[in-house]
Amino acid sequence: MTLVEAVPTTRRGMAAALVGGFAAWILLYWVNEWVWDWFFYELLAMPIEASATQSLHFFCYDTVKITLLLVGIIFVVTVLRSFMSVERTRALLGGKREGAGNVMAACLGVITPFCSCSAVPAFIGFVAAGVPVGVTLSFLIASPLANEIAIGLLWTLFGWRIAALYVVAALSIAIVAGWVLGRLGVQRWVEPFVFETRLGGQVIDPSAGLSFDQRIAMGIEEVGTILRKIWPYLMVGIGVGAVIHGWVPTDFFTTYANSDNPFGVFVAVVMGVPLYSNAAGIMPLVEVLYDKGLPMGTVLAFMMSVVALSLPELVLLRRVLKPQLLATFVAVVASGIVAVGYLFNVVLA
Amino acid sequence: MIIKVLGSGCRNCERLEQHTREALTALNLAGTIEKVTDVGEIAGYGVMRTPGLVVDEQLVVSGRVPSAVEIAELLGTAS
Repeated sequence: MTLVEAVPTTRRGMAAALVGGFAAWILLYWVNEWVWDWFFYELLAMPIEASATQSLHFFCYDTVKITLLLVGIIFVVTVLRSFMSVERTRALLGGKREGAGNVMAACLGVITPFCSCSAVPAFIGFVAAGVPVGVTLSFLIASPLANEIAIGLLWTLFGWRIAALYVVAALSIAIVAGWVLGRLGVQRWVEPFVFETRLGGQVIDPSAGLSFDQRIAMGIEEVGTILRKIWPYLMVGIGVGAVIHGWVPTDFFTTYANSDNPFGVFVAVVMGVPLYSNAAGIMPLVEVLYDKGLPMGTVLAFMMSVVALSLPELVLLRRVLKPQLLATFVAVVASGIVAVGYLFNVVLA
Repeated sequence: MIIKVLGSGCRNCERLEQHTREALTALNLAGTIEKVTDVGEIAGYGVMRTPGLVVDEQLVVSGRVPSAVEIAELLGTAS
């Protein structure tokens, strides 16, 4: 890939590239709104109030903004996280009892580099090494829910209070759901081969022995890998967001789904579960729904249900978990999200 | 030399395989590359974050995609 080959090999070249990249990032982020204002209102002389203008402007502006934010967040987080690994997390969780183990697993889920495509080997690796099933599930729930992209985007778009609230909520759901599942004795619904897997060979810790240059290179590569993976979801999310932004009247949701509506959060979660996207793809929608008067608790519950419960991940997990466990898993996590949504609507009202 | 690329087909696994082929060509080594996609088998090698690279049944890389140069060094010491 050209991006990777373009990474300079010398120290000085690397430093120059980093400083240059940072300056370009700031500049682009700063002129973004101004450029699109000029493009649509001056150059094309489109009427500012028209729905089509508003939609197109939102689409272009948000595409650039979210892409820039993603590049920055993914790069910084990947470099920081290169000091952490799933192997290290497992070693930290080894021998922990349920309860304290659930708390630790959820917190480690936030800082451990992890992709839900590895959920199955990680599950086997944890359980075969003696980490309790409930504790392992706490890790697997926290990891996508409290992911760095979600937190970083919420922080930049809504401020640190909302981001912090979101992290606390996500951790609570992961801790409680994992603990409850452990108490329910879901171990009996884990495919037996998991317990029989013998872990062979030595353990390689990918976070150890990397040079600073290698960590920077990993950050740049990860930006490319993730953007290529998520851009279709991002486009769909921004597209839907743009249509809502242009055509749905302001205060639409304040009228039909305000925080007094007892079904608001419930409906949002039920709608979110079958939808499959990721934190980045859902963020433009979150932004726009909140703008149109949907209460924050309902918006965050919708986002959590889309991010935490996805059909493709459940299909992957079916390899190690029996259908009864999957159903219980979805029910427990969804209940947690609904509860958090209502709580937020009360707290933030 | 039997080299196994562990991973269930995500993009990183393809990149790891590509880098490994480049390394083999650069070293002028003859090796067979096999793909391991079964999660049970992947986990059995101790990999918890794909991709992984196994050389003659020894796990040498786990959870990241090293450059072709780095893989060449690894293969150089393994052979």
